[in-house]
Amino acid sequence: MAESYHLLKRADFIFRNENDWEEILTKTIKRTPQDIINELISSELKGRGGAGFPTGLKWKITAEAKSAEKYVICNADEGEPGTFKDREILSRVPYKVLTAMAVCGHIIGAKKGIIYLRGEYHSLKESLEKTISEFEYYCKKIKLEFSVDVFMGSGAYICGEETALFESLEGHRGEPRNKPPYPTIKGYMDKPTVINNVETLAHTFTIFKYGAKKFYDLGVQFSRGTKLFSVSGDTPKPGIYELELGMSLQDFVNEFGDGDTKAVQVGGASGFLVPRKKFQETAIGYQGKLTGISLPTGGSMMIYNSSRSMFNVLDNYLEFFREESCGQCTPCRVGCQQLLIGIKAVKRGERPAQYLDKLLKLTETMQLTAKCGLGQSVANSFASIVENFREEMIY
Amino acid sequence: MVTLTIDNKTVEVPKGTTVLEAAAKVGVEIPTLCHMKLDNLEIENKPGGCRVCLVEIQGRKNLAPSCVTEATDGMIVKSSSIRVMNTRRTIVELILSDHPAECLTCAKSGNCDLQSLAIKMGIRELHFSGEKSVHREDKSPAIIRDMDKCIMCRRCETMCNEVQTVGVLSAVNRGFNSVVSPAFEQDLQDSACTYCGQCVAVCPVGALTERDQTGAVIRALSNPDKTVVVQTAPAVRAALGEEFGQEAGTLVTGKMAAALRRLGFDYVFDTDFAADLTIMEEGTELLDRLTRHLNGDSTVKLPILTSCCPAWVKFIEHNFPSLLDVPSSAKSPQQMFGAVAKNYFAEKLNVDRKKLVVVSIMPCVAKKYERGRDEFAVDGNSDVDFVLTTRELSHLIKLANIDFHTLPDEEFDQPMGMSTGASVIFGTTGGVIEAAVRTAYELYTKKPLPKVEFEELRGMEGLRHATIDFGGLPLHIGIAHGLGNARKLLEEIAAGRSQFHAIEIMSCPGGCIGGGGQPFHHGKSDILKKRQQAIYQEDRNKPIRKSHENPFIYQLYEEYLGEPMSEKAHHLLHTKYFDRSTVFEQDGNASETDDKK
Repeated sequence: MAESYHLLKRADFIFRNENDWEEILTKTIKRTPQDIINELISSELKGRGGAGFPTGLKWKITAEAKSAEKYVICNADEGEPGTFKDREILSRVPYKVLTAMAVCGHIIGAKKGIIYLRGEYHSLKESLEKTISEFEYYCKKIKLEFSVDVFMGSGAYICGEETALFESLEGHRGEPRNKPPYPTIKGYMDKPTVINNVETLAHTFTIFKYGAKKFYDLGVQFSRGTKLFSVSGDTPKPGIYELELGMSLQDFVNEFGDGDTKAVQVGGASGFLVPRKKFQETAIGYQGKLTGISLPTGGSMMIYNSSRSMFNVLDNYLEFFREESCGQCTPCRVGCQQLLIGIKAVKRGERPAQYLDKLLKLTETMQLTAKCGLGQSVANSFASIVENFREEMIY
Repeated sequence: MVTLTIDNKTVEVPKGTTVLEAAAKVGVEIPTLCHMKLDNLEIENKPGGCRVCLVEIQGRKNLAPSCVTEATDGMIVKSSSIRVMNTRRTIVELILSDHPAECLTCAKSGNCDLQSLAIKMGIRELHFSGEKSVHREDKSPAIIRDMDKCIMCRRCETMCNEVQTVGVLSAVNRGFNSVVSPAFEQDLQDSACTYCGQCVAVCPVGALTERDQTGAVIRALSNPDKTVVVQTAPAVRAALGEEFGQEAGTLVTGKMAAALRRLGFDYVFDTDFAADLTIMEEGTELLDRLTRHLNGDSTVKLPILTSCCPAWVKFIEHNFPSLLDVPSSAKSPQQMFGAVAKNYFAEKLNVDRKKLVVVSIMPCVAKKYERGRDEFAVDGNSDVDFVLTTRELSHLIKLANIDFHTLPDEEFDQPMGMSTGASVIFGTTGGVIEAAVRTAYELYTKKPLPKVEFEELRGMEGLRHATIDFGGLPLHIGIAHGLGNARKLLEEIAAGRSQFHAIEIMSCPGGCIGGGGQPFHHGKSDILKKRQQAIYQEDRNKPIRKSHENPFIYQLYEEYLGEPMSEKAHHLLHTKYFDRSTVFEQDGNASETDDKK
C-alpha cells in the first residue's frame, strides 16, 4: 500500500496573490455553465469543509434544479476546534472566494451570495465588506448581476452544519433540518442553494485559472488537489500549511511533531484520534482508498505528545459536544451527556470498565440515529480514543 | 402514487405521504413521541427530534425517522427489525435517563405518552442514569411549567408559535441544557402568554399542566360556613364522559349535575344561563352599534368582536392595544355568572358574598387566570373563587368514590341553571355568533326566525365567513378559531379593511370543545368533531333555543337589572380592557400593567 503514499508535499495555490481575478471572472463567465461544471467534475475537487462532497456535482444538481430564485452561500462559520484556515483565506485572498461565488451564481442562476461569517471573526467584517463593494462594482461593470452580503453568526458550533446555517440565516434558532431534501433542492429560504466552504471556493478559483488538470495532478486517487491544514497542539511550528492530499500521517508527524507525538486528532472534535502505532497506515484524504485507512478532514490537525492524558482529551471533546449539541434530537442531546458522565463514572470507579462497551454501543446508536453530522460524528472521536487508549480511560 | 414495502406488506400511497402514514395504512403502528398531526385542524408538529419512529430503509446507512421521511417508489422499510428495536429502545432509555421517575405522583400519570411508550416497549430497566437537567419551576395562575419533565418534543412551540402566533414558548439554551421557555427564561406570567392552554393540551408528558385547584375546592366544600355554588361551561358536558371511558361525543349533562350534587355543592348551576345573559348584553350592544353605524355615526366601531374567551382578550390586550374598543364590553359568561351569583343571588340567599364560594368547571385553563383579574373582584373578593378544568372535575369525582356510570341523570338547580339551546352552542366555534344571531335577528327584525339553525356558521375551518339576511340588511359575519386565525382578522381591522359587522373569536382550535382543560385528545382530532356534534345535539334537545326566550333571563332583568345595557347591567355585566403591549419595562422587570391595574 505504500506506493500510493507520497512524502509530504507543500504547495502554494490558495494564498498565492493573483492580481488577475477580474480577468478570470470575465473569462470564466463567458464559458458555458456545462463547460465549467465539467471542468470542476474532472478536477475531482471535493468539499473542503470536511464532508468531502464532490463540488462539481453539487453545482450541477443545483444548476438543474428548477427555481427562479437560487442562492450561493459561503460557509465561513469555521467552528471545528483546531481549524483556523478560513479566517486566513478571507483576510488574505477574499477576492478568490468572491470570484468563485459569482461564477457559481452565474452557473446555477443565483443573483445573491451570502457569506455566513463566524461571530468571532467580526474583525474581518469591515475589510471583507470593502472588498465586496469593489467586487460588486466590477460585477456591475461587466453586467454580471450578483451581490454578496455578509451575515454574522452568533457563536453556535452547530450553525456550521449547512441546514442549521440556513435556519440561522433565516432568523431562526440554529437547528439542523431533516435531510433529505438536500440544500441543492431546498436550501436557504427553501430555494435551491449551493453552500460551500471558504476553502472549497478558493480552490475553484485555482481550477478556473490553471485548469482542472493542474489540480487533478496533485494528490492521490480519490483525494485530488491540495488542502490547507491547521496545525496545532504539541508542535514546534503551529500554523496553516497547504499540502497535497494523500500523505501518510507518519510523514506529517515527522514534519510537524515535536519528536514525542503520542497521537494526532485528525478533523477536530468530530474527527478521529490516531495513535502512534497507526501513523504509518493512515493517510490523510477522502474515503474511497483501496487499502489502508484514509481520514477526511476539514484541515484540523491537533498533535498530542506523551504528556497528554487521553482521558482529558476525550473529556474535553465531550464537554464541547454536550454544550454545542443543538438539543433537538434525543441521541445527541442526551447521548453526549451520558457519554460524558459515563467516562467520568468509569474513571472514578463508580462504574465497571465494561461500561465503556455500553458507551461504545451508545455511540453506534448515535451514529445511526442522530439528525445531523454533529451527533453522528461524536462516535468518531469517542470510539477512536476509547478503543486505542482504553487503559487511560479506566486507571 | 408510489408503491413501497413495509414489513413485507406492499402499500400504495399518494406521493408526499410519509413512511409513518403509509405504515399505518397496512396496520403497522410505528411508535412516535414528538410527532403530532391534527388532521381536521391542519396542525402538524414533526421536528423529527425524538427519533423514536426510526425505521430501517434498505440502501440507507442510517436509520430514518418515519414521520419526516417521504415514501418513495420501491422503498423497502423495516419497522421492527432487531436493529430497529434495539436502537429504539436505547433512544427511549436515553429520554427516560433525563426524565424524573415520578410517575406515581405526576399529574400526567395515566395520560402520559412517554409512559405509554415505555409500557408498549416493555422497558424494565434503564441502562443509563446520572445527572438530569434541572430547570426552575414556573407557576403562573393557570399553567405550571415543570421543565425537568420536558422531552423537547416541541409540540407546545408549534401550538404557541405557528397555531396561536402568541410566540411565547421557544427552545432556549443549547445541548443538554436546552429547554422550551419564554424569552430570557422568564416566568409565563411575565410574558405575553394568553394562557390558552394549547401547550398543555398537546404536551405528551407532565411538563405543562394546569394549576390544580381541586384541594382548595375540597376545603371550601367541607367548610360548613360557606355556601358553595358551581357553574359548568357548555363544553364540559360534551367531554367529561371521556375521562370515565365513555365514547367521545357522549353527552353527560345529567350525570355531571348528579355528580356535582354528590360532591357537596349547595347549588348546581349552569354557565349556560350566563351565556344567555351574555347574548342579551352582547346582542343588544351589536344592535346598538349597528343601528348607530347605519345612522351615520362615525364614532361607532364595527365590527364588534365577541369577548367570551379570556385568552383571546389577553391576546388583543398584548398584541393590538389600539383595537381595545372593538371587542364587546360584555363580560364572559363565567364572569357574568360570578357577578350575578355574588350580587343578585347572594342578596337573595341573604349571605355575605365572602361566604358564598363560586366554583367554575371549565374546559379552559385561561379561565383560571381570568377569575383572578383585579377588575373581577370587590374588596379583594373575586366574583369567581375557583376554576376547575374538565380534567380536574373528573379527578374530584374519582376521589369522592362516585361511580360516574351508575349516576342518575339529574337537572340543574334553579334559577341559575335555566338555559336555552343557544347558550349550549357557546362551546364550539361558530356557536356564540349563532346564538347572538338568533336573538339579534328577532330583536332587529321584530319577526320570528324562519329557521333556528344556521348551518352557514358551522364547521371546523379555521376562518369562516357568512352573510345573514337581517330582513333586507345583509349582516357580514366572520368566525375565527385559533389565535393565529384571529390575528389575520385583527390585522384586517387594524388596516381598516375588515368587511365584517360582527366577528366571533375563540382561542382554541375547535372552540371550547378543544380547550386546554379538556380531556387529552392525544392527537386524535376527530374527538373534537364528535364533541362538536354532541354540543349541537344538546341544542336540539332543548325546548327553548333562543337566549331572549329564557324565562329566568326575563325575570332577572325585570327584578334586578332593568334592561340590557342599563346602568346596573353595565356595572355588573360589562368590563374594560387594558393595554398590555409592554411586557418588560426598561429595567427588565415585568410591567405594572400585568395583573395590577
